[in-house]
Amino acid sequence: MNILIVAKRILRQFFRDKRSVALMVVAPGLILSLLWLVLDNDSRTAEVAVVEAPEQIYEQLASGKMEVSILDEKTAQKQLNDADIDALLKWDENRPLLILEGSDPTDHQMIRTSIQEAMGLDRKEAVSIQYWHGSEDMNFFDYTGPVLIGFFIFFFVFLVGGVSFLRERTQGTLERVLATPIQRYELVGGYLLGFGLFTLLQSVLIVLYSVYVLDMYMVGEMWRVLFITMLLALTALSVGTLLSTYAKNEFQMIQFIPLVIVPQLFFSGLFPIEGLSSWVQVLGKLMPLTYGAEALRGIMLRNENLGDLQWQVFMLLMFFAIFTLLNVKALRRHRNL
Amino acid sequence: MIELNGITHKFGKEKVLEGVDIFIDRGEIFGLLGPSGSGKTTLVRIMTGLLIPREGEVKLRNQRMPKRSLMKRFGYMAQENALYYELTAWENLDFFSSFYLRKQKKERMKYVLRITGLLEYRNRSVGSFSGGMRRRLSLAIAMVHDPEILILDEPTTGLDPVVRRSIWKEFHRLKEQGTTILITTHSMEEADKCDRLAMLRAGKVIAAGSPDAWKREYHTQTLEDVFLHFGGEEA
Ligand SMILES: Nc1ncnc2c1ncn2[C@@H]1O[C@H](COP(=O)(O)OP(=O)(O)OP(=O)(O)O)[C@@H](O)[C@H]1O
Ligand SMILES: [Mg+2]
Repeated sequence: MNILIVAKRILRQFFRDKRSVALMVVAPGLILSLLWLVLDNDSRTAEVAVVEAPEQIYEQLASGKMEVSILDEKTAQKQLNDADIDALLKWDENRPLLILEGSDPTDHQMIRTSIQEAMGLDRKEAVSIQYWHGSEDMNFFDYTGPVLIGFFIFFFVFLVGGVSFLRERTQGTLERVLATPIQRYELVGGYLLGFGLFTLLQSVLIVLYSVYVLDMYMVGEMWRVLFITMLLALTALSVGTLLSTYAKNEFQMIQFIPLVIVPQLFFSGLFPIEGLSSWVQVLGKLMPLTYGAEALRGIMLRNENLGDLQWQVFMLLMFFAIFTLLNVKALRRHRNL
Repeated sequence: MIELNGITHKFGKEKVLEGVDIFIDRGEIFGLLGPSGSGKTTLVRIMTGLLIPREGEVKLRNQRMPKRSLMKRFGYMAQENALYYELTAWENLDFFSSFYLRKQKKERMKYVLRITGLLEYRNRSVGSFSGGMRRRLSLAIAMVHDPEILILDEPTTGLDPVVRRSIWKEFHRLKEQGTTILITTHSMEEADKCDRLAMLRAGKVIAAGSPDAWKREYHTQTLEDVFLHFGGEEA
């Protein structure tokens, strides 16, 4: 009940402050649009698996610009499905068949030509080509899009949530609210509910705009996307409100952005980090956005369901739960009840 | 109703309160006086359970604070207005009263707005309120659930005499009804209207008693002189 009272007040305040509402919805849309204008393809070393290939073809391929491994059909398909490899070359009724993974931002054209060259074939038609996920026209924008959607939601909820909690503290309303019979968890819960409802709206608008206006690649179910963005938003809110306890004013809240937000963008898969040393990858594993981005990509590019993404969902829930508990604890500074 | 036993508090190394004992009976209007920085607000926050003193105990209705079931027994008005400026007066009041009231919420809200003279301004946003109007709204919020105990930190500072009189009339009505009221004030005129007073200086209670007893004891006509007597005694 008290949770609802707090949530209602937060929503009321929100819709009074038209500018912040606009910021949270329009700004991500604007930046995504700009990125859409700017982004193009890029490339990295492709990983190709070969199934039942003649030895000499394997050697020819391996001498090229690709990493080549020999796998049995089943493992290869599984790896292809998980996007661990970029392409699979196999023999289908004595004709080479190249299956491209399709959801990673590799230069597919490059894989195709080098395979054809390695096999001494001139004509494109000699190798038949299929896409496992995605399609020929998926580019870097489609690949980074899901990450950016997650990022913007995280960023704006962190900022706006943190600042409103901070203001509550500096204005004295936090202390005033804690002089009522409310429980600390109810206050935190009210914040989560109020912001949760608002960010649901925010996510819907951003996702719809990206998919239908910017034509971002999307094969998954909308509700799964919204489920993940919701988890990300709640995590961002709990991180933001927790850190706001360590800020004296709005400006100090802004100072957390380069420390807490920007690094997450680097490690969340916007730039491939697979090649980096393992301790760098561990850093990424400590960041909520990493899991949010992986899950969003899985859903939007590969139509994965929540069962495929249980690890990511679990980790997001863990971050959310831990930071929320810390918030409830931090409120002890104001009232020991 | 309110019982403070040996309250001592420090902020860091600075001792702000030292061995404060205060007992307030049911239906009393108790005034807390003292120069700026003497520790009145700190003491008030300790009474509400928002601040835990280093030493000593607080009891409301014979139960030890902080205690959750006691939180709805008192109404609190802070020295700083704690209001949401984007929201209207009505929405602010509605928010805070929802923690206490259900059935009679609307009537109570209207009632306290009338007492504080804000009824006609209820749909204006608090951001556009004058300082005095904000003060009055904070007071309305403290009184809205008709609590047994009112703890008010400088409730009438910055208010005009007309509103002040209407508010004091309400205080006396509440007193008749059995409500216990603690106020802090810098106004000697108001101190005169209290049943009992305590004077705080540098965190210690240096005098306590009724206004008339004070005047007799210090052979003065006004409380102002009593205050100056204490304040000037510094050395
Ligand atoms: N949060 C705090 N941290 C550190 N010191 C504090 C804090 N709050 C109050 N103080 C100090 O405690 C002392 C008493 O302050 P308090 O606010 O209780 O005075 P007051 O009697 O209410 O004054 P006024 O009449 O001006 O409102 C002051 O010296 C003040 O500097
Ligand atoms: Mg004070």
